[in-house]
Amino acid sequence: MIMSENGEGGGRTRGHMGPIIITPSTTFFSLLILHLTQNPYNFLLFLVMEGGLVLLGGGANGGGSGGSSGFSTNESAMSEASSYLAETELELGLGLSIGGPTGKINKASGRILTAKDFPVPRRASMNGGTPPSVTVSGTKRAADQSVPHDGGSPTATSQVVGWPPIRSYRMNSLVNNNQAKAPRAEEEHKGINEEEEEEEDKAIKDGSKLKKPNENLGHIGFIKVNMDGIRIGRKVDLNAHSSYHSLASALENMFLRSAGAEKQQLTMPSRLLDGSSEFVLTYEDKEGDWMLVGDVPWMMFLTSVRRLRIMKTSEVNGLAPRFHERNRTQRSKLI
Amino acid sequence: MQKEMAYSFPDEVLKHVFSFIQSDKDRNAVSLVCKSWYEIERWCRRKVFIGNCYAVSPRMVIRRFPEVRSIELKGKPHFADFNLVPDGWGGYVLQWIAEMAGAYPWLGEIRLKRMVVTDESLELIAKSFKNFKVLVLFSCEGFSTDGLAAIAASCKNLRELDLRESEVDDLSGHWLAQFPETCTSLVSLNISCLGSDEVSFSALERLVDRCPNLRSLQLNRAVTLDKIANILRRAPQLVDFGTGNYAAELQPDVFSNLAGAFSSCKELKSLSGFWDVVPAYLPALYSICPRLTSLNLSYATIQSPDLIKLVSHCPRLQRLLFLIQVLDYVEDSGLEELASSCKDLQELRVFPSDPFGVEPNVSLTEQGLVAVSLGCPKLQSVLYFCRRMSNAALVTIAQNCPNLTRFRLCIIEPKTPDYLTLEPLDAGFGAIVEHCKDLRRLSLSGLLTDHVFEYIGTYGKKLEMLSVAFAGDSDLGLHHVLSGCESLRKLEIRDCPFGDKALLANAAKLETMRSLWMSSCAVSFGACKLLGQKMPKLNVEVIDETEPPDSRPESYPVDKLYIYRSVAGPRFDMPPFVWSMDEAVKILH
Repeated sequence: MIMSENGEGGGRTRGHMGPIIITPSTTFFSLLILHLTQNPYNFLLFLVMEGGLVLLGGGANGGGSGGSSGFSTNESAMSEASSYLAETELELGLGLSIGGPTGKINKASGRILTAKDFPVPRRASMNGGTPPSVTVSGTKRAADQSVPHDGGSPTATSQVVGWPPIRSYRMNSLVNNNQAKAPRAEEEHKGINEEEEEEEDKAIKDGSKLKKPNENLGHIGFIKVNMDGIRIGRKVDLNAHSSYHSLASALENMFLRSAGAEKQQLTMPSRLLDGSSEFVLTYEDKEGDWMLVGDVPWMMFLTSVRRLRIMKTSEVNGLAPRFHERNRTQRSKLI
Repeated sequence: MQKEMAYSFPDEVLKHVFSFIQSDKDRNAVSLVCKSWYEIERWCRRKVFIGNCYAVSPRMVIRRFPEVRSIELKGKPHFADFNLVPDGWGGYVLQWIAEMAGAYPWLGEIRLKRMVVTDESLELIAKSFKNFKVLVLFSCEGFSTDGLAAIAASCKNLRELDLRESEVDDLSGHWLAQFPETCTSLVSLNISCLGSDEVSFSALERLVDRCPNLRSLQLNRAVTLDKIANILRRAPQLVDFGTGNYAAELQPDVFSNLAGAFSSCKELKSLSGFWDVVPAYLPALYSICPRLTSLNLSYATIQSPDLIKLVSHCPRLQRLLFLIQVLDYVEDSGLEELASSCKDLQELRVFPSDPFGVEPNVSLTEQGLVAVSLGCPKLQSVLYFCRRMSNAALVTIAQNCPNLTRFRLCIIEPKTPDYLTLEPLDAGFGAIVEHCKDLRRLSLSGLLTDHVFEYIGTYGKKLEMLSVAFAGDSDLGLHHVLSGCESLRKLEIRDCPFGDKALLANAAKLETMRSLWMSSCAVSFGACKLLGQKMPKLNVEVIDETEPPDSRPESYPVDKLYIYRSVAGPRFDMPPFVWSMDEAVKILH
């Protein structure tokens, strides 16, 4: 490992061969040297500053970190970076083939410092701000709990977006397979639902998460949503929602936000579900019937929904007849 | 010398010679010989392939190649297939169509992949190109049956309409009836992606009836089994056929009708579809099995014993079968049977039937793939989903199949180690790249350290596309790949601890590639800006749906990053959640 700190401050060495020795002059700087042998254009110097990465040479003390991080407040570092970059244009990204003629990495003459040398997640220590909510081990959806980083314990893969890598076309087909093949599971659902309906209605009213994960349902995933009057449909991920509330809010954001809706609408209870909007949220079920969203318990909805449509209230007459009947009796039950 | 050569052949002769040169690579080489060859070549190039629709502008293409008859465009990054690219990202084809409508009145073929195609685009195509023959919309979206109706009604000489895996808005089922009675030119029709309401079967029957050259037909799932016989009897010349759903109660007359219809198709070589398959109807296929070269059962929840039965009743199947796609219900035993019967197998794809189950639901392991690798020496292309793998198995596969050109392995649980030794799978994948010298495409999975990338960088000299997820320890991994893989064109990475260092160190490499995708990695916003600033020939785009990247510290990692080379500069159709790191664009903001 080629990194040395000597007692002097601000020493600056540059050359095309051999290691670069940089002396950090303040404790705010950590250091990374890339060194490769057998190639004159084989070095690049990075300074990993707290709060940022600067492509830079020498013991740059571009103003230090001073608490705030980032290029924007560090003009001198930036200009130094640019000038260095101009000089080392050739070195930038060229010829960094690790393998020499033997095709093997010559480890003896140096190694690239790895993240192990600098305790990273690496993001938390690099910036002064709050660590990101997105972790390395997977992009999560809002509704899911956090997943362990180290991957030691197996995580349910349904929590990771886009994994396993199966095209949505095929996924939808699989879902339909599972739905088609799970009539028994649905029967069970129906039986249980009688009792659970009250509980689930309450849960829906609270807008809180339902306790049971969607075990029997397969991965519903993304379904299409179209809104009357808007040509291009969108897709919404049903797995990211645990209630009609959250789904309706998301849809309002998706469609009405783009129409210039005010931000405060986000905090208002969903108008799509209570009948006060000029639009009504409907869905097509497995049998091809269009139903009002909110009629059935959330879990049952998930098993039968094929796609969504935000319909103009004036067009509602086209829905299945029982919609009207249920609509009248059930409206009071809707959140 | 060059001058003499150029004048020694009249342009017409050169043009004629060039007309035999079809491959883009060769044509590009030809155009570099000298100025006059460049000129001649550009006037007679008829086919253009654009792997990234944002790498060049329509105007530039038209300016250089004024007489194009066939164009192929690809839009969204590959990871869009897995919902990693938000809706509205881009890939709109309308502007291309609009410009080509004026410049290429004789354009006859449009092939699009992962692009947003609106009804307006389709209507424009229908209106603008009098000689329009081929429309392929592979994994596209944004259009409805109205747009299809426009195509059907106006394109008098339509030969191919292929909508595979696209998303179509169903507005009515009558678009098929828009094909005029005079349209008899169809050779290929793929409507497998359409929903139930979108196809009028009687219109389809009449269409098939009057198109004697129809060779390839893929029906959609709504077409029931009993209707297949009707279609097949009208089109016994079919070479490639996709059924609708293949389920019905077993009825002797339906069965015999179906079997008879299949047997009358003497040219049939390729089968697909088979949604909801009822095994009892599989024997209806036995008469054509001896001729089959391609069989796609990847939507058929067919159990292993049924597959074995199918294979064993077709004594000659083994010699002709080249491609088989099955759900892993087929299990190891089914694959072992396949390996012993189908010696000519070149491509195998095994999809998971229950990708989200935590426990395996079927007995499909690495053994199935090992068996196939042993029994099928011609194996070139593998896509395999499974739940466990070992280095030993991978080494065996690599040694058995040195001719592999595409190897995509997906171990369903991220970071799964070798189940025998609990070690990372570096050595196994290393063996793959080392032994398979012609490997062009590789997808990794399982527990992997930086070492696997060392192997890939060292041995993967022909590797063109690499997909990485949940792998690696540090920037060293990415650095190995970028610095070692000389032929790399497409790199897509998700959820790996790769940050700024390797990316910046290999910035120039990015100009030699088509594109780089990195999501949920550790690349900082600052590094993205630096790249965008210093590399004008790259478009560096940051995607973040939650908040603007500059509302956070510069060292903060970006959510998603898409970098691609372009001679067209930054694009102008970016949605609000995509930020270009190009200096010029930023000033305009």
